Amino acid sequence: MQVDLRRSDRVLTVDIGGDWDIGQAVPRFEHLVRALPAGESIQSIGFDTEDLGQWDSSVLAFLTQALDHCDAHGLEFHSKTLPDEIARLLVLARAVPEQELPPEETPATAVARFGEQGLSAHASAVASITFIGEVGIGFLGLFLRRVRMRWREFWVVVQSNSSGAIGIVTLISFLVGLIIAFLGAVVLRRFGAGYYTSYLVGYGMLREMGALMTGIIMAGRTGAAFAAELGSMKITEEIDALRTLGLSPVEHLVLPRVLGLFLMMPLLVIYADFIGIMGGMMVSVSLLDLSMTQFITGLLTPVTLTDALFGVLKGSVFGLIIGMSGCLRGLQTGQDAGAVGRAATSAVVTAITLIIFANAVMDWLAVLLNV
Amino acid sequence: MAYGPLVIMRDLDFQVRQGEIFVIMGGSGSGKSTLLKHLIGLKKPASGTILFGGQDVETADAAARKGIFRRMGVLYQGGALWSGLTLAENVALPLEVYTDLEAGAVAEIVSLKLALVGLRGFETFYPNEISGGMRKRAALARASALDPEVLFFDEPSSGLDPISASRLDDLIRQLRDSFGTTIIIVSHDLASIFNIADRALFLDITEKTMTALGHPATLRDHPPSVEVRHFLTRSSTNP
Repeated sequence: MQVDLRRSDRVLTVDIGGDWDIGQAVPRFEHLVRALPAGESIQSIGFDTEDLGQWDSSVLAFLTQALDHCDAHGLEFHSKTLPDEIARLLVLARAVPEQELPPEETPATAVARFGEQGLSAHASAVASITFIGEVGIGFLGLFLRRVRMRWREFWVVVQSNSSGAIGIVTLISFLVGLIIAFLGAVVLRRFGAGYYTSYLVGYGMLREMGALMTGIIMAGRTGAAFAAELGSMKITEEIDALRTLGLSPVEHLVLPRVLGLFLMMPLLVIYADFIGIMGGMMVSVSLLDLSMTQFITGLLTPVTLTDALFGVLKGSVFGLIIGMSGCLRGLQTGQDAGAVGRAATSAVVTAITLIIFANAVMDWLAVLLNV
Repeated sequence: MAYGPLVIMRDLDFQVRQGEIFVIMGGSGSGKSTLLKHLIGLKKPASGTILFGGQDVETADAAARKGIFRRMGVLYQGGALWSGLTLAENVALPLEVYTDLEAGAVAEIVSLKLALVGLRGFETFYPNEISGGMRKRAALARASALDPEVLFFDEPSSGLDPISASRLDDLIRQLRDSFGTTIIIVSHDLASIFNIADRALFLDITEKTMTALGHPATLRDHPPSVEVRHFLTRSSTNP
């Protein structure tokens, strides 16, 4: 690409020659003009393209600079001296866009940003409460047989959260049981109370860890999946398609998922309790020289059915929390590709935070009520 | 062309000339889009070869393949703009990948490309903030960012109103007239086919092969088969 500037009689002639390729940087028109020897002021710019070989958009980019220069300095631009195709493209490029641009936003002040954050927090709280209400009304309708649920969808959820989740729940619960037993073995043995490791394992698994760990696993597994499923459906307008059919997405999509998880979580918790106790028993038997009978008696004497039921109750509550946060975040998904990922992340974070919070509240209530 | 044991089309033999607007037409499910996927190298033919400027795309090594990709641009049916990037970033990406231009020079070309498709000033917008027709034009700006020698279009007029569709046709013709770009279009939109095609290829779903090749008006006046006549005159196959 070659550019030469000639000046004669207040007319600046720009010689454009050679091959122009978009991969190469375009010369700066301003620099070329500044490099001209001082002389009479210029009134117009013309072009000589006799030696122009292969060309592409890079020529247009250069000419756009020249046009901007003319506009800025009030010079005349002789587009007649350009080849027709180039002149046509320049006209196209300078045409006023058909759509009007929305007015530019002025940058917000710190106070305004603070206020906006407050408003958006308020809006999101209202959205969450509305959603909880909708789900509650949905369940009520289901109970009163006013709402027809999609049972097929429900069974898919049941399957993926029972047999589909067994593997990971087994592994994690077994390891957690093991960990509790190690704690007991090390700490309690110092006081000569190694025998009570079985109590610790039973009480810990049944009341706390069984439900808590299952909840965290299912939040990461199922909560994220719910959010991603509903989020993709939102992006592909499948949820709008349901709405225009007069179907409520809450009844159609959320109820089967939340109900499925609500019913499956307690079962998973019972299973996790069982596996965790097995893990604890393995450590106790091998590390503490307890027999299996001693371990089981040591566990069954102080630990009551109430403890186990309390854990199972927690499981149901966690199931509600996971299902609802997953579905809510899915329905709130934005429009771009990253939105589904953000929805899934947010679903997991919300669910785990709420699970741990709910766990603490329920423990506290249990102490107050002496359960 | 085949999906597993299912043969879609066989015995396809045609050449696209430099600087022509070539339309691949046919009914829904006839394999138009599948043929396009083969042409742009996303799918391998079950048998036979596809030559790009005399070079076999399939057997070319990585560097040669990259060279071929550099010389072609594709406009996908839904635009396929990257939704996490602004329009300017969408158009800039091919330039950043294939050239060593500085950020300022890239921005200049990006603005020019967007202006050429009538989207001046929309640089900072995200794809979901603009209309479907604008998205399609932005996708055209991205496809032509590197001034490719060949531009592929998959159903350019789908989802557009007639005016926007004909404006897009004008834009396509302008690209060819100004830059000499070879244009290959997959379409079933008759208005657009008669409007811009230099030559058209007809894929017949029952014969599973191409049954016509030529200027659309000539094909309409002297149809080589009943299917071609029905397609080009919009008459029903079951009267």
